[in-house]
Amino acid sequence: MTAILAANRFGLGARPGELKAIGGDPRGWLKAQLDLRNATPASIAALPGTEARLSTIPTLMGDPAEAQKKLAQAVLKAARDQVPQDSAARLQAAITSKTPLVERLVAFWSNHFTVSGARPVAAGLIGPYEAEAIRPHLFGRFVDLLKAATLHPAMLLYLDNATSIGPNSRAGQRRDKGLNENLARELMELHTVGVDGGYTQSDVTELAKILTGWTIRRPNQPQRAITAERGGAVFLTAIHEPGDKTLLGKTYRDQGENEVDAALEDLARRPATARFIATKLARHFIADDPPQAAVTALAETFTKTDGDLTAVTARLIDLDAAWTGDGKFRSPYDWVVAIFRAFAADAPDRAQRAVQAMNQLGQRLYFAPSPAGWPDDSASWLSPESLLARVDYAEAVGRTKSESDPMQLADLSVGPSLSTESKLSIQRAPSRSDAVALLLVSPEFLRR
Amino acid sequence: MLNRRHMLSLTGSLAVLAALPARLALADAPTDARFVLAIQRGAMDGLHAVPPYADPNYKSLRGNLALTDNGDAESLLDLDGKFGLHPKLPELKAWYDQGELLVVHAVATPYRERSHFDGQDLLENGTAQPHAGNSGWLNRAIGLMGGDRRLGLALGPEVPLALRGDTAVASWAPEKLPSAAPDFLNLVQAMYAKQPGLQAVLRQAIDADQMAAQAVGSTSGMGAFRPGNAAHILAESGGKLLAQPNGPRIAVLELQGWDTHTNQNGRMAQALTQMNDALAALKASLGPVWSKTVVMTATEFGRTARPNGSNGTDHGTATAVFLGGGAVEGKRVITHWPGLDSAQLYQNRDLAPTTDFRSIAKAVLQTQLGLPQDALDRVVFPGSGGAKPLADLLRV
Repeated sequence: MTAILAANRFGLGARPGELKAIGGDPRGWLKAQLDLRNATPASIAALPGTEARLSTIPTLMGDPAEAQKKLAQAVLKAARDQVPQDSAARLQAAITSKTPLVERLVAFWSNHFTVSGARPVAAGLIGPYEAEAIRPHLFGRFVDLLKAATLHPAMLLYLDNATSIGPNSRAGQRRDKGLNENLARELMELHTVGVDGGYTQSDVTELAKILTGWTIRRPNQPQRAITAERGGAVFLTAIHEPGDKTLLGKTYRDQGENEVDAALEDLARRPATARFIATKLARHFIADDPPQAAVTALAETFTKTDGDLTAVTARLIDLDAAWTGDGKFRSPYDWVVAIFRAFAADAPDRAQRAVQAMNQLGQRLYFAPSPAGWPDDSASWLSPESLLARVDYAEAVGRTKSESDPMQLADLSVGPSLSTESKLSIQRAPSRSDAVALLLVSPEFLRR
Repeated sequence: MLNRRHMLSLTGSLAVLAALPARLALADAPTDARFVLAIQRGAMDGLHAVPPYADPNYKSLRGNLALTDNGDAESLLDLDGKFGLHPKLPELKAWYDQGELLVVHAVATPYRERSHFDGQDLLENGTAQPHAGNSGWLNRAIGLMGGDRRLGLALGPEVPLALRGDTAVASWAPEKLPSAAPDFLNLVQAMYAKQPGLQAVLRQAIDADQMAAQAVGSTSGMGAFRPGNAAHILAESGGKLLAQPNGPRIAVLELQGWDTHTNQNGRMAQALTQMNDALAALKASLGPVWSKTVVMTATEFGRTARPNGSNGTDHGTATAVFLGGGAVEGKRVITHWPGLDSAQLYQNRDLAPTTDFRSIAKAVLQTQLGLPQDALDRVVFPGSGGAKPLADLLRV
């Protein structure tokens, strides 16, 4: 049974032979995946990066009307050209992965630090954002992941920091411009301490001031205007709010581009952040309402190791609670990827079909509805309309799989967890197509 | 493609037929009135949608977000000499002129923080606290009406918190996939025989689908379901479903695009156009039932009264609520106007709230759906006794 949980709850659904490969050491199989060398498959590394893509996008600032129009056209074109390719690459990585826990962690952290194509300005950069900001930090310290995500051009555009200007900065004084507090608020509410993390409106404003200056490079920008650069983002002193800032009771001296490092390091170390991250991990891997002891254990490891994500993930694997209970209702992403993995549908054109399926099932990849990301609870995914859509989709898949042996497929994907009722239904189905389709909507295949 | 699921009851095996719900008409429906809640996710700027253009501080405070009132195409649509409508709301202006729209301004829920997600949770759970429960105020209202599971309808693939709870509700969205064969649905239902949760959800879906097949017909001609036209398609189909004599009575529609931190003039024009067109489609498809309908908008909070540094606005407090429909005693802007002077703003930042959102919602539920005030105070909006229902919002 534990091999099933390793493959389905921690992984992304068993591929042919995977349960056998896991064998009697599911924890060992999972922990062996926690290695930076597994974080970036070659197909992901081959995608064009942020710098290459940004060079095709004109300025966000500058002459408002004309620049806005040009920008809109360019980003929409970029999104049209690049989102399908990025999405297919991501799903192919998930479908083919031999280290599926790593791909689950990519999806988890990418959802935690959501950048959504619902804002077209960011859509064409989400692929590189995952490759450059998320994947390299999966097994490092949380604060490094936080810094990389916060200052990536995709995030700076998505949550509007790219156009936030210190009111007392040179540019702010000259153009009567001011702060945009979108990123500052979500950074505390969604990425670190959580909404009950004890901050006030004044803290949001002060963090917004600290973040001013970080923006995207404009074409033809004189190098002398750029004080610092980091992973495709630039820091412009001319738009940074001068003076000291007070965030959560601590004063940060006027240090330009270095203020953000100090502030993020302190936010990452707050106990509320440990608790918030631990709760989200436990909810994702254990249950919608995770046992408090599990949350406490994860938060303790997070604090003790200064946010070492390898240690935190390993602690999660070690928790007995993670290997008990009914588990989770699969999201459309989980369900679609599990189906494609069960059939070992590895070809690139299959990945495009998986992208399409997620869209049809209400979870368009890279288009979460808000900065909070996709929901991570059953109540959000188990609606009448979405269950019926899964039944429709399963039947369509079944029709293309009339050559498959349904019971063999059941053995390799859900193994001994298959209930007697499901087994009888599959065995008594009038056709192989129906039998395959029934397996896919069986209660056991719908959960992980 | 024609929907094949309405053939289900003819082709199902006897055992499955016995498990199917009886297809009763709502002959004994607790009400013939219709209520649509349109949730504007992301926080609508009430000062932009319903500009208080006669306020002496309006123009200076709003800067380039201020609308003009010189009568050209970009100019606001005057309501009462003090307030106007954004020019992208011509349908709502027509309703106003016909006495079918009223606006309540400077409205807020009890929430005074500025998180979208907590704000929306509280807006829908009906208490004064975010995450204070797993049911929504509309679900509890349906429960008080007898809990018939045919009364409530979520327009969209997901059921929003406002409609979640003990009473089952239907959800409807255009199909993106070919319908499974009725025979296969029967097999799935049989497999779920010992899974009461899955079984109930699937049955709810099949019922809604059958009703939709009759009321809406094929959805394949409606075009792709994209953010840009989703609201229009959902509103039009929702109107048809609500218009059925045995159809649902209470629906929730979701409208997106209100979180205008940047380029607000352009983004508000888009969001308001989408709302205007969706509400026009709703009215048209409701047909004669429009005369018994109330549509209410609801958003988690308003936005900063002053523009931010990106020609947008950040999260604020009070906003405006639209009440439309044939049952509305319209052509009025109701407000205790707080003023826009710095000292009059909430925390020298946001439009100050002077009307509790629940006072509007309770007035509508009381008059339109016949719920007693005591139940509204204790069950639908627990602990809201202090927020008295506004009087005389609807025609009686």
